[in-house]
Amino acid sequence: MTDLRSPLSRVKGLGSAKEGTDHFWHQRLTSLLLIPLVLWLGFSLAAMPVDHATLVAWIRQPFVTVALVLLIIAVFYHAQLGLQVVIEDYVGSHSRRTVILLLSNFLCLLLGIVGVVSVLKISFGA
Amino acid sequence: MAEFTLPANSVVKQGKLLEAPEGSTNIRRFIVYRYDPDSGENPRTDTYEVDLDSCGPMVLDALLKIKDQMDSTLSLRRSCREGICGSCSMNIDGANTLACTQSIAAIKGDVRVYPLPHQPVIKDLVSDLTNFYAQYASIEPWMKTDTATPPDRERLQSREDREKLDGLYECILCACCSTSCPSYWWNSERYLGPAALLNAYRWIVDSRDEATGERLDELEDPFKLYRCHTIMNCTKVCPKGLNPAKAIAETKKLLVQRKM
Repeated sequence: MTDLRSPLSRVKGLGSAKEGTDHFWHQRLTSLLLIPLVLWLGFSLAAMPVDHATLVAWIRQPFVTVALVLLIIAVFYHAQLGLQVVIEDYVGSHSRRTVILLLSNFLCLLLGIVGVVSVLKISFGA
Repeated sequence: MAEFTLPANSVVKQGKLLEAPEGSTNIRRFIVYRYDPDSGENPRTDTYEVDLDSCGPMVLDALLKIKDQMDSTLSLRRSCREGICGSCSMNIDGANTLACTQSIAAIKGDVRVYPLPHQPVIKDLVSDLTNFYAQYASIEPWMKTDTATPPDRERLQSREDREKLDGLYECILCACCSTSCPSYWWNSERYLGPAALLNAYRWIVDSRDEATGERLDELEDPFKLYRCHTIMNCTKVCPKGLNPAKAIAETKKLLVQRKM
């Protein structure tokens, strides 16, 4: 089909989505938050003897539980935002992009919930 | 998906070699992209040996010498030959620039000349910038006001406010920046690109303009604006030394600022 629309009409397309600033801002906020959290996790694990009982006892401390939950939420939210950018950049077809975005968002949500529930289960569990 | 390889009929073949006249001593080889869509043939690169002793110092001088004296079929755009019209933008030695302000001496070895990347080629070094110009038009690059013009004088602007336009108003729309941007390569039908965004910011910061909010509304879009990932090829190649990446970052800052 010949596209007889003017170049300006094609560029204007469906107009502005009035969206994207929150995505941009949250991506930067989560990356800032992740700097101290990841460093804390790395140093804490390095300073600990690696056995099951020590690790479980460590996770059960209130501060550690909270920090781990925060870390997991930040990691998967940040991952979801980052993956969205990559998919929007490189997947050209609109239908394929929508499907891949849905899958990626769902996967990040799922993994995030699994992580948080696991930490809470250890923290509150028997 | 983004295309990383050329389709079979776009693969660039080796073209012909045109040698410099007998007795030339200061020879430089210019390897120039040639494509004529009417011929049905693949693009090719022709090699021209140019005697620099009888040629001006800039790449444009050599291209015009080639067109005048060696091969009149070579097509290129040029006009002012002093970096103000933006017509002779092309990819020289791997970077977008203006042929008229790119000195031959600054390039080591053979001089490779290609059209601007990732744009449709009309012929040889002439690319089709229809989409690029439409994107510029879409940001409505003119003053928008509700306040009527004072009857007895022009709209006033303080010296400080005028200085905010420095580094923005000088853009000559040569398209070197936009066509050097990978994000623009992948999404040029929806991402406005550095040139249009720099010009959008030029009107956003103009103290006399009264449509700042509407202009920001129009830009706030995952594709129009937020495809910029601060790659900064735009700033690196701008032949006028402007900084589109900074203008885009400032626009994003204003969009965050108005939410806080």
